[in-house]
Amino acid sequence: MSETADFEVSRRAVLAGSAASVGLTVVPTMAEGQAPMARKPPTMAVSFKVNDKAQALMVDTRTTLLDALRDHLGLMGTKKGCDHGQCGACTVLVNGTRINSCLSLAVMHEGDAVTTIEGLGTPEDLHPMQAAFVKHDGFQCGYCTPGQICSAVAVLEEIRAGIPSHVQEDVGGAPEMTVLEMRERMSGNICRCGAYSNIAEAMAEVAGVKLAETHGAEIEA
Amino acid sequence: MKAFTYERARTPAAAAAAVAGHKGAKFIAGGTNLLDLMKLEIETPTHLVDVQDLGLDRIEETPEGGLRIGTLVSNTALAADKRVRRDYGVLTRAIVAGASGQLRNKATTGGNLLQRTRCPYFYDTNQACNKRKPGSGCAAIGGFSRQLGVVGTSEACIATHPSDMAVALRVLDAAVETVDAQGKTRSVPVGEFHRLPGDTPHLENVLQPGELITAVTLPKPPGGRHVYHKVRDRASYAFALVSVAAVLNEDGSGRVAFGGVAPRPWRVEAADAQLRNGAAAVTRTAFADARPTHENAFKVTLAERTLAAIIQENRA
Repeated sequence: MSETADFEVSRRAVLAGSAASVGLTVVPTMAEGQAPMARKPPTMAVSFKVNDKAQALMVDTRTTLLDALRDHLGLMGTKKGCDHGQCGACTVLVNGTRINSCLSLAVMHEGDAVTTIEGLGTPEDLHPMQAAFVKHDGFQCGYCTPGQICSAVAVLEEIRAGIPSHVQEDVGGAPEMTVLEMRERMSGNICRCGAYSNIAEAMAEVAGVKLAETHGAEIEA
Repeated sequence: MKAFTYERARTPAAAAAAVAGHKGAKFIAGGTNLLDLMKLEIETPTHLVDVQDLGLDRIEETPEGGLRIGTLVSNTALAADKRVRRDYGVLTRAIVAGASGQLRNKATTGGNLLQRTRCPYFYDTNQACNKRKPGSGCAAIGGFSRQLGVVGTSEACIATHPSDMAVALRVLDAAVETVDAQGKTRSVPVGEFHRLPGDTPHLENVLQPGELITAVTLPKPPGGRHVYHKVRDRASYAFALVSVAAVLNEDGSGRVAFGGVAPRPWRVEAADAQLRNGAAAVTRTAFADARPTHENAFKVTLAERTLAAIIQENRA
């Protein structure tokens, strides 16, 4: 950033600006006698769909899918929490499967279809899970919420698809649509405000599960 | 993260040749552990060979009546396979006891075996660690060691192998199939795949440079009752303090392997033979050479009690 930068700029503009300056770094010509500068880092082209829209990017190979979504495509809904796969704030759907977008390189996603929180619904036309989060107050500060919602949508699909879980009594059979199952499967999404019980209520409503039916099992577990 | 070049390989042998022919190159599959370590500059590959296009993502039945699991089969897909759930329940149980749903969706079978330890001294680049920087010492010995290894460790390293899946594979007598840059293949029993640290804790397995895991094979189903019991500090999404994978027969015989206690899935065949004599007899044999620290000595007792609970449930 230049030394005469406007101090009134927003935090987001500062972050976006510093990210862009990294991407556009040009190696200056070196004067004789000076140490050689590091070479320009390798870049590569990658094309994938994000929320049904084709995107073609030229990225530093180190760019994670998360940084491609936020810094290159301006989709700020997907959040960077820990950047190490521990918090789940960066959860997106890739070809319908939820992953941590911080632990995947953009160049590994050639030809993939990515869905972010912006692709699930809009303020005018909310996805049922987004509407249920609003109704049940499934958040406080909201930072983890896009990841929670992307994960929650995928969790219901995973239960319907019969993917087993740690809390299943008999892994040979199909898992049941219970709050206990949902809570176990949501353990990769951390909420520091502690909105977990309201998130569970939102998910139960979308899944058509009555909380009272499964609370017993939850308390026993 | 250090800069690197990237390519996608088309065949297993080409992938192996690409890594063998490029100093500082590494394979990348799911990337869930490698990218984490690259961000911390604990791993600093100069070139990545992406193996996702190799078609090694299928689970096939073998002529011997077992299963051949392609190295790129995700942890989720492996745990959900109906043959695995029916005949190798301990494997499904172990996989779903580890990581989070998002990670299991991306993490692969081969990558799970190759994941690095989560020892905090390995992760903290300000600390001495013989695994990260050979010869620098081990800050874990004498440090916070509650989570760390009690058996199979050395004066140079007390890190554990973090995998749950590998503990189940060990109890199932699985084997690891590989291919090298010359196209030569071999099969290594999973019990011989991970090295003990000795004086060289940075050498974690028997793979040669550029050698690629192509599959994990399971022998025909062992029958019996399959159990994976993981004890950890919270109910989900945490590494094991102690885990026990067991396949128990009706007559009380069986096999058992322990996780969270050693630099590799810990199984001592002579301890299996003690199963009908109770948990204490098994763990006395399995942990005969244990050298715990004062902070993690509880793990030996915890292993015995966890196994005792499993044996009791099997009798009920």
